[in-house]
Amino acid sequence: MEMETKLTARDLSSDQEVKWCPGCGDYSILKQMQSVVPELGIAREDIVFISGIGCSSRFPYYMNTYGMHSIHGRAPAVATGLKIANPDLSIWVITGDGDGLSIGGNHLIHLLRRNVDLNVLLFNNQIYGLTKGQYSPTSEMGKKTKSSPLGSVDHPFNPLALALGADATFVARSIDRDPKHMREILTASNKHKGTSFIEVYQNCNVFNDGTFLNFSDKKLKDAFVLMLEEGQPLIFDQGKKGIRLNGLKPEIVNLEEGASANDLWIHDSKDPTKAYILSRFFDENFPRAFGIIYQEDRNTYEDVLMDQLDQAKGAMGEGDLDDLIRGKRSWTVE
Amino acid sequence: MKETKTLSKVTIHFAGDSGDGIQLAGAQFASTTALAGNDLSTFPDFPAEIRAPIGTTAGVSGFQINFGSEEIHTPGGRPDVLVAMNAAAYKKNFANLKPAGVVIVDPAGFDKKNLRLAGYDDEENPLLNKPSDYQFYEIEVTRLNRDAMKDVDIAPRDRDRSRNMFVLGFIYFLYNRNLEVTLHFLEEKFKHKPAVLEANSKALKAGYNYGDTIEAITRYRIEKAKLPPGEYRNVTGNQALALGLIAAAKKSGLELFYGSYPITPASDILHELAARKNYGVKTFQAEDEIAAITAAIGASFGGALGVTGTSGPGMALKTEALGLAMMLELPLVVINVQRGGPSTGLPTKTEQSDLMQAVYGRNGETPIPVIAASSPSDCFRAAYEATRIALEHMTPVILLSDGYIANSSEPWLFPKAASLAEIKPPIRTKSGDFLPYERDAKEVREWALPGTPGLEHRLGGLEKEDKTGNVSYDPENHELMVKIRARKVALVAKDYPKTELLQGVEGAKLLILGWGNTKGAIQVAVSQALAQGLSVAQLHLHHLNPLPEDLGSLLESFERVLIPELNNGQLVRIIRDKYLVKADVLDKIKGQPFLAEEILDRIKKLLKDGDGN
Repeated sequence: MEMETKLTARDLSSDQEVKWCPGCGDYSILKQMQSVVPELGIAREDIVFISGIGCSSRFPYYMNTYGMHSIHGRAPAVATGLKIANPDLSIWVITGDGDGLSIGGNHLIHLLRRNVDLNVLLFNNQIYGLTKGQYSPTSEMGKKTKSSPLGSVDHPFNPLALALGADATFVARSIDRDPKHMREILTASNKHKGTSFIEVYQNCNVFNDGTFLNFSDKKLKDAFVLMLEEGQPLIFDQGKKGIRLNGLKPEIVNLEEGASANDLWIHDSKDPTKAYILSRFFDENFPRAFGIIYQEDRNTYEDVLMDQLDQAKGAMGEGDLDDLIRGKRSWTVE
Repeated sequence: MKETKTLSKVTIHFAGDSGDGIQLAGAQFASTTALAGNDLSTFPDFPAEIRAPIGTTAGVSGFQINFGSEEIHTPGGRPDVLVAMNAAAYKKNFANLKPAGVVIVDPAGFDKKNLRLAGYDDEENPLLNKPSDYQFYEIEVTRLNRDAMKDVDIAPRDRDRSRNMFVLGFIYFLYNRNLEVTLHFLEEKFKHKPAVLEANSKALKAGYNYGDTIEAITRYRIEKAKLPPGEYRNVTGNQALALGLIAAAKKSGLELFYGSYPITPASDILHELAARKNYGVKTFQAEDEIAAITAAIGASFGGALGVTGTSGPGMALKTEALGLAMMLELPLVVINVQRGGPSTGLPTKTEQSDLMQAVYGRNGETPIPVIAASSPSDCFRAAYEATRIALEHMTPVILLSDGYIANSSEPWLFPKAASLAEIKPPIRTKSGDFLPYERDAKEVREWALPGTPGLEHRLGGLEKEDKTGNVSYDPENHELMVKIRARKVALVAKDYPKTELLQGVEGAKLLILGWGNTKGAIQVAVSQALAQGLSVAQLHLHHLNPLPEDLGSLLESFERVLIPELNNGQLVRIIRDKYLVKADVLDKIKGQPFLAEEILDRIKKLLKDGDGN
């Protein structure tokens, strides 16, 4: 039978009242997710959202699918166990910069290297929101918060570089204020077989308002946002500027002042070296890259594991419980 | 002519450097002895270092086996026979040998260097001043074994590595064992290393033949034990745990998922299960202890039997996730193979000091059933029972084993798969009208698996509203839920069989109450006390939380209760707290299991002098 009627965004919305602060960037991400999921062709019962702790981690309560709000930092491990138990599920890990990069940093990198086929959305607001405003592992140096009155002395993580360092097979960045882009990235992430890592810049309007203004403000973003498109040259600032490679050194060139568009860097998300350089566009000198920075095909953890199980059954036969209990050497007492 | 004596029981202690292959030789002797039809119990005891300082007493590895034609409940107290491969092994163990015992030594292990490393003053060789009432076999193992290696194609530095097989061969001769089990084992183990196989097989035979050629040697015969009829195998505690988990998964129709991070002495469970992929077992070597348990929780959410195993320090790390599993009310089995604590403690030594942690050690009101294994083969029953409770009561369950029973072995009258009780997890298949936290009469909720249409729901560690499972901060609801969860775990005790004394009768003056690995030593001590006419009884607990409902009235019938524990007094506090009975502890915190005589001494003291401590 055909799937009776196609799901709508409404069907994906649970009966629980959404309790994020008014104006929080999380609302937009939730909305994009609820509108993308019906397009994925996955039955609702096969979708599971797993989160840790933090503002973002309330997400599963608002999706009318299966879900688990687990403990701080551990969602990647919970999701790994779930995927191994049932590889047919479509699993989405929802985490934040504190949950995923601080208390759960270990699980995140191991998930990425194993390449379990699931999706990770890391809501990065560069602040601890639920505990009311301490600096996070992605907060900039010198940031003044309640726990860093003289400015943070922690050097921040660069999440995409971290993901690439952990050999992630799908690395992308998006932002709460660009719904269309986010839907595209979510769709591509779902399509990718392996762990998809998406960093979503998300504004915390209560404790860290405007931290991503350069990438969301209409007037500012042209100069600071580099939208990546596969096979297309790296151009930003409304076509005025481009980026080319001088050896392994990226250079910004002005297309209005005689630089040729033919010399520009063409985006190739399969190239790990270029991906790493893009991930290092992380300061004022270069625009910030949005889109799919890197993707590769690599065996997933659960496929390799299932192959081993099949091979073991093929080589030794489906195990018989009595044989197992008896072991290799038994004797009989009359 | 060689004389043959018949003995009913023998205890042999093998000792040598931790690189001498003592554990392997001991385990082989145990396998051979089990197949010869004796009852037996073993106790491997080794340093935490892979290669502790060579030649020193700190580096001595030991393996004790007690075997006989009678029932064997412990690895024996003082050994009858000491095999000492070097001076350090001799120094560490000689004082413990029974008077007039047998000593087997290799004089090459008593050269100046070895004597100095063993800490003998002025390099004084104890073999030059042997106590005359002991029977010494000074066998030139190193020299004889090198002779046997003459035609074998191995490097000179490797030729001494088969000395353990030479000694084992000699002991096989002494105790009338055949070599077949060990030869077969060597063939399997060194399938791809023909020279090593040849070296070890030759050494084994050379040791045996050496016994045959020397004059005036007494051989011993130990008749088959009169064990209950049936089919037996030899099994260690960790093996039995792994088998119990697989059996329980099969009988409940679930896949087994085992998440674990390597830790002594629990790693062998992971090894056993990782080799069972043809049984559909999925093992996950996690990045840390927390990932191991949370992955198991994820697997349980997905409909597998989620299990994790560890030892004390790892258990501490899993604590928060245990609370989550309790809130989610998902099945989960958490195995703690206890070792000496606190902190890193004594990784290779045994202890029972994680009982309080298991029963109480979590934030919030977090009741979790706790069960304990009492012997190597009992680990199978314990794993099966832990799984049954976890699945049928939708709860995490803690299973306590320990380093002693994990590595020890004994003959096991194993069950047929068909005879194992069915396990029926409450999996929900009917869609519609589903409330995730609606409960049956035992307060058990249904298990709705992702992938099932119409049962979509969200779980989490925030307090749940009764029935709906929605997040709730309502004060009345919180109290209600805490009480419901407590009652749910208390109701687990409704499934227990009647609590029965193992020895003695109700109303005796003294009850010896045990849990875990103390069972065998208590059994021997109490039977000896009863034979001496003392008014004593034995009871052993397998369920430590909730305690059996009929335990209180049973305890009241005794004047006093004595609880031998390998800790500073843990069950004794729980018993006093719950039943207000006069209970004393016999504690031992030395990383070693109880000797029966230690318990018997205390029984006598208590009953004759009334002196409890």
